[in-house]
Amino acid sequence: MSEVRPATLAAGLPRVGEYFGKILPTLRWPVLFAGSETEGSLAAWFYRLDSWAWLLFETANMAALATLMGAGAALLLAFPAARNLGAGMLARQLARRGLEAMRTVPEIVFALILVWAFGVGPLAGILAIALHTAGTLGKLFAEAIENAGTGAWDGVRAAGGSWAQACRFAVLPQVAPNLLSYALLRFEINLRAASVIGFVGGGGIGEELYTVIAQNYYEEISAIVLLILLCVAAIDLLSERLRHRLIGAPR
Amino acid sequence: MLELQGLTRRFGAATAVDAVDLRVPEGQMLGIIGRSGAGKSTLLRMINRLTEPSAGRILHHGRDVTALRGAALRGWRTGCAMIFQQFNLVPRLDVLTNVLLGRLNHLPAWRSLSGAWPEADRAMALSALEQLDIAGLAGQRAGSLSGGQQQRVAIARALVQEPAIILADEPVASLDPRNAMLVMDALADINRRYGIPVLVNIHSLDLARSHCERLVGLAAGRLVFDGPPEALTEEAARRLYGLEAAEAAAAPPQRVPVAA
Ligand SMILES: Nc1ncnc2c1ncn2[C@@H]1O[C@H](COP(=O)(O)OP(=O)(O)OP(=O)(O)O)[C@@H](O)[C@H]1O
Ligand SMILES: [Mg+2]
Repeated sequence: MSEVRPATLAAGLPRVGEYFGKILPTLRWPVLFAGSETEGSLAAWFYRLDSWAWLLFETANMAALATLMGAGAALLLAFPAARNLGAGMLARQLARRGLEAMRTVPEIVFALILVWAFGVGPLAGILAIALHTAGTLGKLFAEAIENAGTGAWDGVRAAGGSWAQACRFAVLPQVAPNLLSYALLRFEINLRAASVIGFVGGGGIGEELYTVIAQNYYEEISAIVLLILLCVAAIDLLSERLRHRLIGAPR
Repeated sequence: MLELQGLTRRFGAATAVDAVDLRVPEGQMLGIIGRSGAGKSTLLRMINRLTEPSAGRILHHGRDVTALRGAALRGWRTGCAMIFQQFNLVPRLDVLTNVLLGRLNHLPAWRSLSGAWPEADRAMALSALEQLDIAGLAGQRAGSLSGGQQQRVAIARALVQEPAIILADEPVASLDPRNAMLVMDALADINRRYGIPVLVNIHSLDLARSHCERLVGLAAGRLVFDGPPEALTEEAARRLYGLEAAEAAAAPPQRVPVAA
């Protein structure tokens, strides 16, 4: 049983504030733009900006790759999983149960297993996020397919098209903008996931963040978190624009 | 010759098509009439095998096509092109690609999935569009066309299937009178020019009379009229459309011999 005791809550809350106070940098106005050697300057706060930027870039790449792989797998499984396309009973059950399993297990658990199998590094992180992504996107994709209507499907089937051909030509063009938009949304989520997957050895900026938190390098914590925030916000903004373009104005 | 023997389809307790016997000779333009719910769509969908028959047989040139599976079934479907009331195009694909979908079964699987259509197929699709006077629309999205234009795209798709039979399920029910006439003319023209038998479900008795050489009437799934348009008197039409399910079951099919 989990408990939320008011007393514990009351005692703990100030400490949260205290932690934030600790990780905030001590910046001094007069030397704000001085070199990294000067205490209290921005450059000193972000004194390892070059390696952090590289790690962030790696993290974004991990998220992109994982989203791509996960979306690919989701696409392949969504067609048999959709209820309206009449895939065989066995194929449908396999696809649905498979997707369910992949999205029920959190990325971090996949990562723990994969780090054990493949060793510490981005490969384990990418695969872990891709697996979970396949599960969640597969369900969304299947639902989009189920909402696509049967007219075009009947048209292609009645003309002698095979099941795969009907999926490719009657369904895919109809749902593609939706699926792309879901995948982009997932990319935003995966960027956050990729930022912490390093806590368990999955590569990216998370490893660095874990180290500075564990070692109580307070100012570096705030610097890294701020960088992650900026990066996530920038990509959110971009992908949101793209998504609205996709859904709003179909070509 | 297309022959139906005791063709039946049940949905639960209801019988949508009830032991229909029908012979359609080569080159015939056949209109199928009857009230809403009489079983017209179910009958055509069974011939194309979009709907599975519960009983009875479908023979084409003596070959039983009732139980075909896999590649043989797809071959049969390509051979009896279907045209729908709602056109059933892929709205987001362009017109030419929609027509090319009629060629899917003529291509090896890997090639068709890539969407790299052979030049000969493109030329064929374009000439089908030309024949229907809509070649100028080839690059447009199918979903952006008017109903009459979409139905002509669907007919072009049927043509490139190089079909032995054309099935048209209420092809003009969603169209205004002018477009309805255009589409029925196009079907009749294909029927005459290539000698392809056309089975067309149709609500409008006027269009049925003017475009078909033979009419069959369905009521509650049973075939209750069969004859040339002249034989469909006011009296016969009233009987066909007024007939209730119970009466239809009791009524003996009124048959007027047709020259086949
Ligand atoms: N998939 C289905 N499931 C259950 N009942 C069905 C199904 N399809 C058709 N029916 C029933 O079968 C009967 C015949 O339907 P059908 O669509 O063939 O009639 P129709 O003559 O084409 O009518 P309309 O002129 O309205 O198109 C109707 O009573 C209908 O409710
Ligand atoms: Mg109908």
